[in-house]
Amino acid sequence: MARLSLTHLQKVYGDFNAVDDVTIDISDGEFLVLLGPSGCGKTTTLRMVAGFVPPSAGKITIGERDVTVLPPWKRNCGLVFQSYALFPHLTVAENVAFSLEMRKVPHAERAPRVAEALRLVQLSGFDERYPRQLSGGQQQRVALARALAMQPDVLLLDEPLSNLDAKLRQEVRVEIRDLQRKLGLTTIMVTHDQEEALTMADRLVVMEKGKVRQIGNQRELYERPADRFVAGFIGRSAFLDGEATAPGRFRSRGGLDIDVGAAAGTGAATLALRPERISVAAEAGTCVNRFEARVEHVSYLGALLDIDVRLSEHDRMLLQLPNRQGSIEPKPGDTITIGWAEDAGLVYPREP
Amino acid sequence: MPGAAVAAGRWPGWIRRLSTAQRPSFGRIALNGAAGLSLGFILLPLVFVIWLAFFRQEIPSFPPEGYSLKWFAAVPGQKAFVDGFILSLQVGVLATLIGLALGVPASLALVRHRIPLGPLVNTLLLLPLVMPGIVLGTALYVFQIETEIATGWPVLGSAGGLIAAHTLVVVPWVVRLVTASLAGFDRTIEEAAQNLGAGPWKTFWRVTLPSIRPGIVAAGLFGFVTSFGNLEMSLFLVGPGRTTLPIAILQYLEWKIDPTVAAASVIQIVLIGTAMIITDRYVKLSRVV
Repeated sequence: MARLSLTHLQKVYGDFNAVDDVTIDISDGEFLVLLGPSGCGKTTTLRMVAGFVPPSAGKITIGERDVTVLPPWKRNCGLVFQSYALFPHLTVAENVAFSLEMRKVPHAERAPRVAEALRLVQLSGFDERYPRQLSGGQQQRVALARALAMQPDVLLLDEPLSNLDAKLRQEVRVEIRDLQRKLGLTTIMVTHDQEEALTMADRLVVMEKGKVRQIGNQRELYERPADRFVAGFIGRSAFLDGEATAPGRFRSRGGLDIDVGAAAGTGAATLALRPERISVAAEAGTCVNRFEARVEHVSYLGALLDIDVRLSEHDRMLLQLPNRQGSIEPKPGDTITIGWAEDAGLVYPREP
Repeated sequence: MPGAAVAAGRWPGWIRRLSTAQRPSFGRIALNGAAGLSLGFILLPLVFVIWLAFFRQEIPSFPPEGYSLKWFAAVPGQKAFVDGFILSLQVGVLATLIGLALGVPASLALVRHRIPLGPLVNTLLLLPLVMPGIVLGTALYVFQIETEIATGWPVLGSAGGLIAAHTLVVVPWVVRLVTASLAGFDRTIEEAAQNLGAGPWKTFWRVTLPSIRPGIVAAGLFGFVTSFGNLEMSLFLVGPGRTTLPIAILQYLEWKIDPTVAAASVIQIVLIGTAMIITDRYVKLSRVV
């Protein structure tokens, strides 16, 4: 177990920056999730840590060791592959013992360590099976046990749950997290699944186009998104395009003047609002920002109603109402009053 | 509506069977028939050779006068056959081993790395497979004579020269079958091995090689059979007193046509067939070839 540092890490393919100046410090025993849309560089970053992709620039250290130029077999990072990558010609026990064999761990020591790893993933008694005789979930556990048996300094998980069905995913999520805590393993997981990331991580790194957009815990990312991308990527946001006219003032394209909390600078900007922070009808009465809106579309989602409203010719937004008994249920064509507090809106400079 | 008429059964049975629902099965019957015919055409000489080996009379004629096993008993008595068999076996085994040692790395390079003129190299390595044996034999004959003149080494007629030539016909099988098994190979398991502490060499021996073993075994088998049965090319390259089994059989046939030759062939067929069946138990040949 050890802390892991990525310093100004960069990977350039031709003139394409796959990973661009990524600096992350992961403390001992921390569960860090790299989250982002496909092609954002999260997998390349993970593969650089594992040693499969040589960085174009930057430094990777595990504990006190600088591993930047070490080959994969000298890094001691346990990697769980998305496809599991079990050795098809070896039994479960032989798969798990592979790293011990490579390190010439004495035979007498191997069996107990294999048994312990299989016990941790609740696969005791599967020693003599071959990977093809196992279900997807069991294969996933073998892959995890194989990575754990080597007693890695860092555990790397590459979309480990994406090949499991939804119900199993929920279970395995909790199991991996428990195991990671119990063993105190410094872990990086890569995923594009936001829910998975939010439920498992100590801290999250949101990446896009090779760059780190924001690092923080769940609450920080949701309530204080660093930019418009994060505001749209983590949870849902309603966006209004317009202009920051003065500190604390925002004017939408449709000409609505809106009071916002702290807003740096002026110029073309986007206002982001969390849909659940928008109040409707009587509840909107005390809000600083209050507008008449025309309901365009209502989606019934069980616990919630998604409502598309139009505030002016150029301003549309999404709001969410809890589906409580006796609460109003707007219909398309209705005109309703909506409002929000000034600190509900976050203003971001418009991105080119 | 013709469909209704067919369904109503006013048409003869064979037309009804040709109606829409049944039509594919007619195609299927034709296809199976054609396949069966082709298979029969291929197997016919085999059947006749085996049948002939059990004839009692010395000059093959139909119908047989009776049946006997004496020709099988005669085979070990023919020194040329026994010596030829031993030489063919030695040459075949050595050529196969050398062919694998050359062909497996070549396949890895072709599939894994972008080597200059890769497709051309691939074609060159497969070429001996399509080159007529006579042409190959003549070319190698001239080449070996020229080499002898240039270096003074006795190449032509030597065991080494013969094995080198046979290696040439083994390599295409190795390259074809091994590149095919490498093409479907999931390279992440190699990464997994490296992640678990295996260097490149260990990764190759413990993960890559076992995964392409079916292709290698099949390549070895087919390479050996090709070498063992090679006649045309070998004719040019054997030296005095160094005769492979196919040449020994040919020479025997110049003087006699009794069923000893058929018996020797049956023994060969049985040996190769057994080798295939045994191999198939360990690696499914149908999956690689």
